[in-house]
Amino acid sequence: MQKVVVAMQDPDIGIKMRNQRLLITVIPHAMTGQDIITWLTQKYNISEEEALHLGGMLLRYGYVYPLKEPRCLILQPDESPYRFQTPYFWTSTRWPASELDYAIYLAKKNIRKQGELMEYERERYSLLHKRINHTWDFVVMQAREQLRASKQRRKADRIVLACQEQAYWLINRPPPGVQSVLDMGLERPSSHSVQAALSSDFYKREIEASRQALGRNRVKSSVCLEGFLKYSEQYQNHDPIMQGCLPSNPWISDDTAYWTMNSEVVPVPTRLRVESWSFSFVKLLSDPMGRREFMTYLEKEFSAENLCFWQACEDIRHGESSRIVEKVEDVYENFLAPGAARWVNIDSKTMAKTLEGMKCPHRFVLDDAQMHIYFLMKKDSYPRYLKSDLYKSLLSKAVLPQESKKSVFPFMRRQRHSSPSPAQAVAPATDDDDGRAGSNAAV
Amino acid sequence: MGEMEQLRKEAESLKDQINAARKAVQDTTLQEAAAGVAVVGRVQMKTRKTLRGHLAKIYAMHWATDSKLCVSASQDGKLIVWDSVTTNKVNAIPLKSSWVMTCAYAPSGNLVACGGLDNMCSIYNLKGKDGNVKVMRELAAHTGYLSCCRFISDTEIITSSGDCTCILWDIETGTQKTVYAGHQGDCMSLAVSPDFNFFISGACDFTSKLWDIREGTCRQTFPGHESDVNAIGFFPNGNAVITGSDDTTCKLFDLRADQELITYQDSSVMCGVTSLAPSLSGRLILAGYDDFNVNIWDALKAERVGVLAGHDNRVSCIGVSADGMACCTGSWDSFLKIWN
Repeated sequence: MQKVVVAMQDPDIGIKMRNQRLLITVIPHAMTGQDIITWLTQKYNISEEEALHLGGMLLRYGYVYPLKEPRCLILQPDESPYRFQTPYFWTSTRWPASELDYAIYLAKKNIRKQGELMEYERERYSLLHKRINHTWDFVVMQAREQLRASKQRRKADRIVLACQEQAYWLINRPPPGVQSVLDMGLERPSSHSVQAALSSDFYKREIEASRQALGRNRVKSSVCLEGFLKYSEQYQNHDPIMQGCLPSNPWISDDTAYWTMNSEVVPVPTRLRVESWSFSFVKLLSDPMGRREFMTYLEKEFSAENLCFWQACEDIRHGESSRIVEKVEDVYENFLAPGAARWVNIDSKTMAKTLEGMKCPHRFVLDDAQMHIYFLMKKDSYPRYLKSDLYKSLLSKAVLPQESKKSVFPFMRRQRHSSPSPAQAVAPATDDDDGRAGSNAAV
Repeated sequence: MGEMEQLRKEAESLKDQINAARKAVQDTTLQEAAAGVAVVGRVQMKTRKTLRGHLAKIYAMHWATDSKLCVSASQDGKLIVWDSVTTNKVNAIPLKSSWVMTCAYAPSGNLVACGGLDNMCSIYNLKGKDGNVKVMRELAAHTGYLSCCRFISDTEIITSSGDCTCILWDIETGTQKTVYAGHQGDCMSLAVSPDFNFFISGACDFTSKLWDIREGTCRQTFPGHESDVNAIGFFPNGNAVITGSDDTTCKLFDLRADQELITYQDSSVMCGVTSLAPSLSGRLILAGYDDFNVNIWDALKAERVGVLAGHDNRVSCIGVSADGMACCTGSWDSFLKIWN
C-alpha cells in the first residue's frame, strides 16, 4: 500500500493537489475523492469499481483521511476533500499503537477543551488511568508539553497535525461498534470488555445464580489455610523440587535408577511410596501397586468384591462408549443381582435407584452405588488395612534408596545432553544405562 | 426502564450479601496461619536439558503421566513429542493449521490433542497400528479459537474457546456431550480436578468458574482479578484454584471458603502472568511472565523465593511433571527448557 501512496503524492505524476478552504485559513495539499479514483483508474488501468475499492482500503488502513467527516471511512467519489496521512502515522510504521501514546492523546484532548472527549473515550481514559497509574504523571506532563509546543506553530500546521493525529487514533482505537481493521492474528489487543447485552434476562440469570451462591456453606479461612499447610507438610518429602530425591535426581545425575525403583511393577516398593498410601484413600487407589496390596488384604477379609465392583465402575465411567451397555450388564450379573457370585452390600434406596437407572444404561448410571461402596471401604476396610500386619510388614521391608555418589567430573554440570555417566562412580547400573549409549541426536 | 433498574439493584444487593458472607468466614490472615511454617529459603533451579527443534514460537506444552515424555506445539505448524531425558524427538507431527495455541497429552499416553485459530480440536493417535501418527478425530463446533484442551480419558476431552464456552466431547463419536456457557469473555485456560469430577476455567471477563463436569452447571465463580485470567491450575489437594492474570498477580481461591485467600504479587513485577504450575506438594508455585522470566513463589508465605531466567522471549507455557521431578518451560524463543 505504501508504494501506491507514495506514487500518488509524487509531484509530477501524482494527483494534482488543490487547496482546502477552511473559513479563512487555507490548507494546502488536499484532494477530492473523485481525484483519487480517477488517478488510480488511469495509473493502474483498472475499472472504476476496483479503484473505488482500492481507494477505500487506503482510507480504512489510515493512509488517507477525510477532512469533512473524520469518522466516515468510506471513500466518496465526489468533491469531498481528503488528505494523505504523514508517514509518521502510517499503520506499518507505528503498530501496535501503544497504550501510553493513547493515554497522552486522550489527556491532551481532555486538557485542551474540557468535556470534548466522547463517551467511549472517557471510559477508556479512566480505564487507562487505572491500568498505567504508575506513569500517570509522565502522561500528563507529556500532554502539557506537546500542547505547549504545538501552540508555537502556525495555525495551518496545527490544524493539519490535529487532523492527522485524530485520524490515526480513529483507526487504531476505533469507537465501539466499528470493526477494527487491525483486529487479527494472535497479537490483537484484547477487547476492552464490552458489556454483554444488558437485557433483563441477563440480570434474572445473575440474580438466580447469586441466590444459589448465597445459600452455600462457607468454611472458615483458618480451616482452609490449615488444610493447605498440612498437605504441603505431608508431601514435602515427596516433592523433589523442595527436598531432592533418592537415590538421585535423574535429571542431574543422568541415572534413571529413581524411575526404575518407582515403576508400576517392582518386587519391592520404596518407603516413600508405601508411606504415601497412608495419606489418603485416593492415593492408595491411584497407585496400581497399592490397589493390588489392598486387594490381597481384602481377600483375606472376604470383602474383595467391594474393590472389584469399584474398579468395574471406574472402567465404565472412563471406558469406550460402545461397550457401556455390555459392561453394565456384566456388573449387574456379577455384583448386584440377587444371589450373584460377588454380591455387594448396597442399601435398598441406592439399589432401587440404580436398578431404575439401569433400564437406560449410561456412563454414570452406577455412580451412586460406586460412591456408597467407596465410602464403605474408606470408613471401614482402609483404616484397618493401615493397621494390619500386611501393611506394616510391607513398610518395614520397603526400600530406602541409598544416595548414589554423584560423579565429580568437572564438565558434568555443563553437559546439556545425556550421555553415560562415568560408570564406576555411579550406583546400581541399570539396563537403561547401556541402552542409552548411542542415544543423543545433535542438540 | 424501571424494571431493568430494579433488577440491576437486586443483583447488586445480592452480590453485596455474598461478599458479606465471604468476609464473615475470614477469621484469620495468611501471616497468622502460616506463622509456624519454616521458611523455604532461596530456591535455585538450573536448566538440565534444552529441547531444540521448533522453528517458531512455542505456544503450549504438556507432560505425559510417565514424567519423561512431553508434547509441545509451535506456530511452525508442528506438534513434537519429546523424550525429555534424552532430548530425542519421538514424534514430529505436521499440522493442517499452523496457528496452534494449545496441546494436551492423554493420561493413558495414547493420544495427543491440539487446536488454535482453526476453531477445532484435532486428536492424534500416537499408537496407531502401522506406527504412523494420524488424525483420529477433528472436533469442530466452537465458533471461536481454541485456547486450551485437556483429556479426561481416552474417550473424553474438555476444550475452552474464544467463543466464551467450554465443551465436553465424546472422542469416539466426535460429538459434543455438554456445553458449559456462562463466561462473558474469551475462555483462556482450563484445568481438571484431580478427581475428574470438576474443572475450572479462566476467562477474559476477569473471573474463573468451577464447573461440575457431569451436571454441566457452574458451581462457583471467583471474581477478584483486574484483568484477563490467562492461566489456571488446581492446588494438588483439589481444594483450591490458583489463577494468573494480566494484572501481574496470581491468586489462590479456596473452593470451600468460596473466596480469594492469597495474592501473589510484588511491586517489582510489572508484566502479566502467562502460565503457572504448582509443585507436587503445593508449597511452590512456578509462574511464567511476559518479561521472559519464571518466578517461583512460596505458596504459603506469598513471597518470591526464586527466579528462572534463561529464555530470550516471553515464557508462554510451563508444566511440572507428574512425579514432581522437573519443571518444563516453553517460550516464544522456540526452545523448551527442563529445570530442577
